[in-house]
Amino acid sequence: MSTVKAQVTERTNYLNADYGVRSWLLTTDHKRIALLYLISITFFFFIGGFYALLIRLELLTPAGDLVQADTYNKLFTMHGMVMVFFFLIPSIPAVLGNFLIPMMIGAKDLAFPRINLLSWYLYIIGGALMCHCMLTGGADTGWTFYVPFSAITNTKFVEAGLAIFVAGFSSILTGLNFVVTVHRMRAPGMTWSRLPLFVWAHYATSIIQLLGTPVIAITILLVAAERTLHLGIFDPKLGGDPLLFQHLFWFYSHPAVYIMILPAMGVISEVIACYARKRIFGYSFVAFSSIAIAVFGFLVWAHHMFVAGISLYSALVFSMLSYAVAVPSAVKVFNWTATLYKGSIHYDAPMLYAFGFIGLFTVGGLTGLFLAALGIDVHVTDTYFVVAHFHYIMVGGAVMGYLGGMHFWWPKISGKLYPEGWAKLAALIVFVGFNLTFFPQFILGYLGMPRRYWDYSHMPEFQVLNVASTAGATILGIGYLLPMVYFLWSLRYGDPAPDNPWNAAGLEWKTASPPPTFNFDSDPVVTWEAYNYDEIDAPHIQEAPVGR
Amino acid sequence: MAGHATSLKTYFTIWIALLIFTGLTVFAARIDLGVYNAAVALTIASVKATLVALFFMHIRGTSERLTKLVVVSALFFLFLLLGLSMSDYLTRAWH
Ligand code: HEM
Ligand SMILES: [Cu+2]
Repeated sequence: MSTVKAQVTERTNYLNADYGVRSWLLTTDHKRIALLYLISITFFFFIGGFYALLIRLELLTPAGDLVQADTYNKLFTMHGMVMVFFFLIPSIPAVLGNFLIPMMIGAKDLAFPRINLLSWYLYIIGGALMCHCMLTGGADTGWTFYVPFSAITNTKFVEAGLAIFVAGFSSILTGLNFVVTVHRMRAPGMTWSRLPLFVWAHYATSIIQLLGTPVIAITILLVAAERTLHLGIFDPKLGGDPLLFQHLFWFYSHPAVYIMILPAMGVISEVIACYARKRIFGYSFVAFSSIAIAVFGFLVWAHHMFVAGISLYSALVFSMLSYAVAVPSAVKVFNWTATLYKGSIHYDAPMLYAFGFIGLFTVGGLTGLFLAALGIDVHVTDTYFVVAHFHYIMVGGAVMGYLGGMHFWWPKISGKLYPEGWAKLAALIVFVGFNLTFFPQFILGYLGMPRRYWDYSHMPEFQVLNVASTAGATILGIGYLLPMVYFLWSLRYGDPAPDNPWNAAGLEWKTASPPPTFNFDSDPVVTWEAYNYDEIDAPHIQEAPVGR
Repeated sequence: MAGHATSLKTYFTIWIALLIFTGLTVFAARIDLGVYNAAVALTIASVKATLVALFFMHIRGTSERLTKLVVVSALFFLFLLLGLSMSDYLTRAWH
């Protein structure tokens, strides 16, 4: 082939290698599976968002006028279940992690490509069950499906539980794949101390997925068995204990909050290093704080049960341990901040999301400490304060990280550049909309507005803050729709992306955008440290092309 | 599985053993052992789980350090689940 011709024809990449439907639905290419996940979780994000919209509309007025109490219970239940299990848990790992981890470590694919595809199919089966459940009436247990209510409700809890059960196995398989891949598939020279922090974060996440998810699966089965066979595991009349359910549920679900936030922390480390043009300050502290979070995250679950009637002594222990788990998170925040110090900071869109993440995650984390204090928790538990706390972390933190990552790696994924001005605007709108939605909820909760109420006509003074929150949610919604629109727009009209548009460190930037099916044209060998921005930016030193 | 194939005979022996233990569980469930009911059932179940892990999941005879680490950490986290839950059950004010 002549050189001239090679320049004219488009390079073969994972997207244009084959166009058939089968080539997508039966693919074992981690990049294509990542896109399958991207489409599916976006779908569920819209469903979850639609429920959120209805919840906020109901709360616009004190009277329970838009929907009935029963409907409202179903709205927040399905909102929570969809957002947690079908959007946020798979979001960064199954999309960005799937796409990037093999490339970041210089591998051709994940260790088990077919298991990767299986995990997507399990997710889809779980998702289909969830959709069926929603279309035929839905469940009303709350996403936490506490017994005794979940054992007696005559709404569709069993089907929702089954959906989560199946999706849980998809999550386990993703975690398994990542662990084995990181151990076994690193390119020569890609030592553990050279791994991108994104990979460390996903490694820690995978440990939680492997160790925690089976427990929630068993818990769902036990509730189902309790419903049908009246085994007496949770029912005190039959010698059971309802708090046992909460122990089992939170043994998974507290660590699960770290399944949601750790990958976002990984994204932020990559983005901050790139746009501050510096190696992350305290690389090994940031790396090991991920592992510490994964382990300590398993020691604090009963802070969700302080008012449920657990032993006071036990509560004291769990309160103390909850303070301890905040330490590794704080280590990260301090290290990111220290990275900015004397960095050469660029305010590109991904960096704006990263800044948003740091601020909002800090607020969410610090209010977590309020809640971990026994005395304060008694006052604010089951109020909007808790709702605000976890949305600051899960939406302000994790979703910000997800969006920041989507922008950062969009040129690699799609081969197209997004419009920078619009992206900055969207980041700003999301930040403003988010705070307007959720900050009033801290105040509402502190003043005593309970969560999960559809009618607050006996406390009309809460309306002002609720209106503010609903208004904020509208702005936030626009902020989420915008990236959807310009990402799709860029697929057709965007400028072609160079291989490394941000001049970033990391193996994924040393291959084509979009990458070829097996990621690199020749096997990469790593001879440099992670985040070698001083070398990349040093004048006159040409980066050695790898794998091209 | 470098050079460590388990023979078909072993698999069948373990399978028979599992069946016997299942029978034992059913038998034990028919006699009332009072507070020991759960203890007996759980002991038998643990023995069966151990057999499955050791032979069917090839933990026995593995030389892979990572595999051992996985087993130990799984047991450790099970210990955390039970241990920290017990910190509640053993000190709760039961009335
Ligand atoms: C800095 C560490 C953290 C501490 C000390 C902490 C503490 C707490 C406490 C004590 C509660 C229970 C409040 C109550 O029900 O009365 C709670 C609720 C919650 N937290 Fe956190 N948290 C932390 C980080 C996180 C993270 C990282 C996430 C998510 C990514 C998260 C998500 C949640 C959720 C979802 C709930 C509410 C669960 C529910 O009842 O539906 N938290 N947190
Ligand atoms: Cu928690």
